[in-house]
Amino acid sequence: MAMTRQNAAPISGGDPDPVTEAVDLICGRYGDRPDALIEMFHDLQDGLGHVPETALKPIAKRLNLSRAEVHGVLSFYHDFHTKPVGRVVVKVCRAEACQSMGALPLIAQICDRLGVGLGSTSAGGSVTVEPVYCLGNCALAPAATVGGVLHGRVDAERVAALVTEMTGEAG
Amino acid sequence: MGVVVYVPKDSASLSVGADGVAAAIQLEAVARGVEVTLKRNGSRGLFWLEPLVEVETTEGRVAYGPVSAADVPGLFEAGFLSGGDHALAHGPTDSIPYLKNQERLTFARMGVIEPLDLRAYQATGGLTGLMKAAGMAPEAIVAEVTESGLRGRGGAGFPTGIKWKTVGEQPEPQKYICCNADEGDSGTFADRMIMEGDPFALIEGMAIAGLAVGATEGYVYIRSEYPHAIATMKAAIGLMRAAGYLGADVAGSGKAFELHVRRGAGAYICGEESSMLESLEGKRGMVRAKPPIPAIAGLFGKPTVVNNVLSLAAVPTILAKGAAFYQDFGVGRSRGTQAFQLAGNIKHGGLVEKAFGLTLRELVEGFGGGTATGRPFRTAQLGGPLGAYVDDDMLDIEMDYESLAAAKAMLGHGGIVVFDDSVDMAQMARFAFEFCEIESCGKCTPCRVGAVRGKETVEKILAGREVAKNIALVEDLCEVMTDGSLCAMGGLTPMPVLSAMRLFPEDFDRAPAQAAE
Ligand SMILES: Cc1cc2nc3c(=O)[nH]c(=O)nc-3n(C[C@H](O)[C@H](O)[C@H](O)COP(=O)(O)O)c2cc1C
Ligand code: SF4
Ligand code: FES
Repeated sequence: MAMTRQNAAPISGGDPDPVTEAVDLICGRYGDRPDALIEMFHDLQDGLGHVPETALKPIAKRLNLSRAEVHGVLSFYHDFHTKPVGRVVVKVCRAEACQSMGALPLIAQICDRLGVGLGSTSAGGSVTVEPVYCLGNCALAPAATVGGVLHGRVDAERVAALVTEMTGEAG
Repeated sequence: MGVVVYVPKDSASLSVGADGVAAAIQLEAVARGVEVTLKRNGSRGLFWLEPLVEVETTEGRVAYGPVSAADVPGLFEAGFLSGGDHALAHGPTDSIPYLKNQERLTFARMGVIEPLDLRAYQATGGLTGLMKAAGMAPEAIVAEVTESGLRGRGGAGFPTGIKWKTVGEQPEPQKYICCNADEGDSGTFADRMIMEGDPFALIEGMAIAGLAVGATEGYVYIRSEYPHAIATMKAAIGLMRAAGYLGADVAGSGKAFELHVRRGAGAYICGEESSMLESLEGKRGMVRAKPPIPAIAGLFGKPTVVNNVLSLAAVPTILAKGAAFYQDFGVGRSRGTQAFQLAGNIKHGGLVEKAFGLTLRELVEGFGGGTATGRPFRTAQLGGPLGAYVDDDMLDIEMDYESLAAAKAMLGHGGIVVFDDSVDMAQMARFAFEFCEIESCGKCTPCRVGAVRGKETVEKILAGREVAKNIALVEDLCEVMTDGSLCAMGGLTPMPVLSAMRLFPEDFDRAPAQAAE
């Protein structure tokens, strides 16, 4: 997305930093309406990969909320990361329907193959594995998303192969 | 124009390779110099057959599935473009027993048309209900919905017409229609299917609701796990607005109705209606104390209709065909049809829309064909993570609100998750508490603390530590949660736990020796 400035000019004088710039763009998109705060977090995360702490103050200012209020909302929702995540995020369903088709051993296998614990990011920063509770693909369990793309009837091999495809690295 | 071939673009179909199949068909057609018009429909809901490819022949649509990209050359070879026989052939789609034996009202169009083809929507009966409603008095619309017997399909089963009546009677000029599309229950996907496969039906239902109660604005709160549903709904809203069925003058009624899509953010509790309203206001999804009910003070404190996707999507049919037609289906106080969703360890997982009153056995064994693994059936969880587990003695239970309640179970959103005999019910009880721990909004103590204590106590049982004492402790905890929780998250978590303990005591009877293994 355009809002991540790859080669941003050095921040000087009144020049806003890239995060503030992204915040301005996104809040403007929703007319600074506080009820759109969750949409704004989504847009920020879509662009930056996570919602950095430094975004909270400029958001609070634009929406006329306190920083604590903005932080409170951010921390309530499982979707949002405040720290950078892996280049590929794998979300494996561990809700009941997927459990009935072996989701728990599957998750252990996936973590094993990718060399990463559930809920964390691999050492090289290539992949993050997270639990999720239902992807609406319960008739084709077990289900997982790899880089945001939904897959049904998955096994660990397939997930690892998809990750490799996306990172260009061996799992 | 060539032969019309359908390859679904429902996200479940995509999850098993539908895009690859569509591409392979196009490539193969070019290579063979035959003309094929590819259409991307919703899913019929026969998920074990996905990707289900259909070909329009002179005898109607014929089905092939599950098709992989590698099967495509063979299908051409077998002459599937004229309905030729093949190992994956199922004959005319409408004659597939799973589909033929259903009573599809809300899902009548599902998988038949392209989701964003407004003309096809209209040609298959769409917009008839809205056009009728546009010429009716608001009270008459509400009366029609009330008479149909429609009850909320989101879980609580509250009569939809009565809810609308309350909102309609409020003197406030600003009112809202909020569609609950958070669909967090494991084992459910019917809302997703509607939004991806027949989005106009939901929009039409919401517009009718707007006319009925005098609301000029609506929101669809869609869980973030459903990116395709979000995109399709946004596109469909744009098309409906452009065609004059949303906006300043809805279907020539002279009344306005605007619709917005909002994304959830991975919180199960935001499916609880007051938590959803908080979330729609951009806040933490903390459950609100009742009263006031949302019908009186809902979104931004204004009178608000909160309805599930399936409740709203049933409305166009009710208006188009009349209350009597709809309430002719079903039994007792469970009128109309229910979208049952067969999920988990089941051979034929998918969507079954039937009138209330068929048995669980008909669903699990008849439609579902038993377990996917082929091992014996052990249990099914009905109605999502807060619903009860049942055993095989309960398979003859009738699937309606009252019969299920009498059996200490619930319909919920219609999900049925099947498990084979390898399931450990003590682990499932532990998970029920764990899920509550993860998803609790934290507002009240019985839920917030009870879930953690419950999980720890079941873990002690699993480890064979003071089993009898800890079972009694879990029962006590469940009582506290049932009686003292502010909402059904904490209030119903005991349902899966206690049903597992009651029906499968052997799984909780952990000998200390077993724990040492
Ligand atoms: C924890 C919890 C989660 C819920 N999740 C949903 C949901 O995902 N979708 C839904 O429509 N209703 C859900 N409900 C029920 C709603 O609170 C509400 O009853 C429903 O949206 C009303 O619409 P209806 O009358 O059309 O069913 C949930 C309730 C609770 C307590
Ligand atoms: S029962 Fe749980 S989810 Fe419901 S209000 Fe209380 S703490 Fe929140
Ligand atoms: S339970 Fe895993 S996709 Fe629904």
